[in-house]
Amino acid sequence: MHHPGTNNKVYKKINDNFEWSSENFKKISEIIKKYPSNRIQSAVIPLLDLAQRQNNGWLSKNSMEKVAETLSMSYIRVLEVATFYSMFNLEPIGKNFVQICRTTPCWLRGSDKLSKVAQEVCETNIGETSNDEIFTVVEVECLGACCNAPMVQINDDYYEDLDEESFKKILRDLKDNKSIKVGSQIGRKSSQPERKFDA
Amino acid sequence: MLKEKDKIFKNLYGFEDWKLEGAKKRGIWSNTKELIKMGSDKIVEEIKNSQLRGRGGAGFPAGLKWSFMPKDSGKDHYLVVNADESEPGTCKDREIMRNDPHLLLEGCLVAAFAMHAHTCYIYIRGEYYSESSNLQKAIDEAYANNLIGKNACGTGWDFDIYLHRGAGAYICGEETALLESLEGKKGQPRLKPPFPAGAGLYGCPTTVTNVETIAVSPTILRRGSKWFANLGSANNTGTKIFSISGHVNNPCNVEEEMGIPLKDLIEKHAGGVIGGWENLLAVIPGGASVPLLPKSICDTVKMDFDSLKEVQSGLGTAAVIVMNKSTDIVEAIARLSHFYKHESCGQCTPCREGTGWMYRMMEKMIHGNVKHKDIDKILDVTKQIEGHTICALGDAAAWPIQGLFRHFRHEIEKRIEERNRRVA
Repeated sequence: MHHPGTNNKVYKKINDNFEWSSENFKKISEIIKKYPSNRIQSAVIPLLDLAQRQNNGWLSKNSMEKVAETLSMSYIRVLEVATFYSMFNLEPIGKNFVQICRTTPCWLRGSDKLSKVAQEVCETNIGETSNDEIFTVVEVECLGACCNAPMVQINDDYYEDLDEESFKKILRDLKDNKSIKVGSQIGRKSSQPERKFDA
Repeated sequence: MLKEKDKIFKNLYGFEDWKLEGAKKRGIWSNTKELIKMGSDKIVEEIKNSQLRGRGGAGFPAGLKWSFMPKDSGKDHYLVVNADESEPGTCKDREIMRNDPHLLLEGCLVAAFAMHAHTCYIYIRGEYYSESSNLQKAIDEAYANNLIGKNACGTGWDFDIYLHRGAGAYICGEETALLESLEGKKGQPRLKPPFPAGAGLYGCPTTVTNVETIAVSPTILRRGSKWFANLGSANNTGTKIFSISGHVNNPCNVEEEMGIPLKDLIEKHAGGVIGGWENLLAVIPGGASVPLLPKSICDTVKMDFDSLKEVQSGLGTAAVIVMNKSTDIVEAIARLSHFYKHESCGQCTPCREGTGWMYRMMEKMIHGNVKHKDIDKILDVTKQIEGHTICALGDAAAWPIQGLFRHFRHEIEKRIEERNRRVA
């Protein structure tokens, strides 16, 4: 199963130039303060995250080199981290990064159907980006929202208590650039037992 | 059933305000200074007396763990909160962090003081974006109100809390892998000893503890260890958040007394099994890593560490995954095998190679595409992985398969025979 975050190859096609935005540059000095001054390598995950956000959701070679330079680390140590963690994408992704949880608790409640819906509506296969680059659809392992299964993460947000209809609507609305509701799609608060909602 | 007045998590579902003002109304931060004044020895003593066991899965006595921290090592001490909640089925810490973050922060101060630590890192899984933003806001509020920071709560104790987001790796829930990750490396577990209490984060004395364990500790100190120890049974005391998922009518997180019968938990809180109790096939009682239980055991088993150990399973994180008779039980476990194959860090050969091999065998078993002798072969391989790796991920990958064969061997034998008939 392909996933831009579990890919171990550095994407070569684009030779961009990566410089920190002034806003992120300020954030970096705040982040580094969290760790002892001789241990700033601890900031590698937060900085890779920052670089990825600045670079449209993925890490190019230059962006990783920038992180290495900022933290006085060797590039290979940064690359090692970027390939180890699944949230770092080493190739470009679409505008909406749709991650469908496939592990047993979500599967028991129909995550397979969501995968099918996503492939139809987004017009792409699992692990791939649609031609219009609006969606990248992947299947991922447990996202830790099992009492609200089945669920999907799109970019930073969780969409929970889904079924085929509600998921279809979310994807169509994203396609049409409409705003969508985050969290439970059946109006439930967190993971409360549903029956109490009416009381 | 647990009485309302004995609940520790009063805002588990987020009906009330999660911010400082709301938290104070629920009694959080009310007399923290007095708790600190008890002194570190007394705090550890109280936690020991409460018989609180770690809520992250292993169930190690919390007070004992805290007491391992040296008194005067001359180095910085660290408290690291494990909020890398990734065990399939588990979603309890998430509710604490987004709906009652101050409960956790107050616990951090008390626990860190007891361990002589001036610094605390909360390592939260990267996917929990909104949870981490709530938690960060709560930390900012706590700093602004002098609850943490220099002279925290007016106790004279300087205390900093930093939030650190991970980036998607189940293995970072293992305490030494978490420390590696926090140091800016790949999350590969360390050999023990040295244990973190001796040499943990940056080589300094460190204790790594689950969110729920830390969050319950101020309430234990406030209400007394006796109150906590009177809930549940000896050695399995207190309350616990259970995450009930899968084939139930109302999947939910719920705080209950330790030792509640599994059947009561499912029927009273989760609206029962879809299709009724008779439609139950099996339950995984403590997150993906523990062996499943067939219905016959579920009828009577109690939900605590010792009772579940007796039936060759475990309480783990108390994540109850319910499967009714519509479930393809072999595929349910094969999916877990895929999970472990995906999450193995690759450091130890038995786990790196074994998880992939087991997954491929399990995939074949779904369709009965194996020979009878392969069942014993895969069992043999699980035994070769179990206990032969640096961390417990190898064990965790082996146990669900062992549980499947212990209780559902007949199901796989049936599939093999059916396939043999089809092919012949």
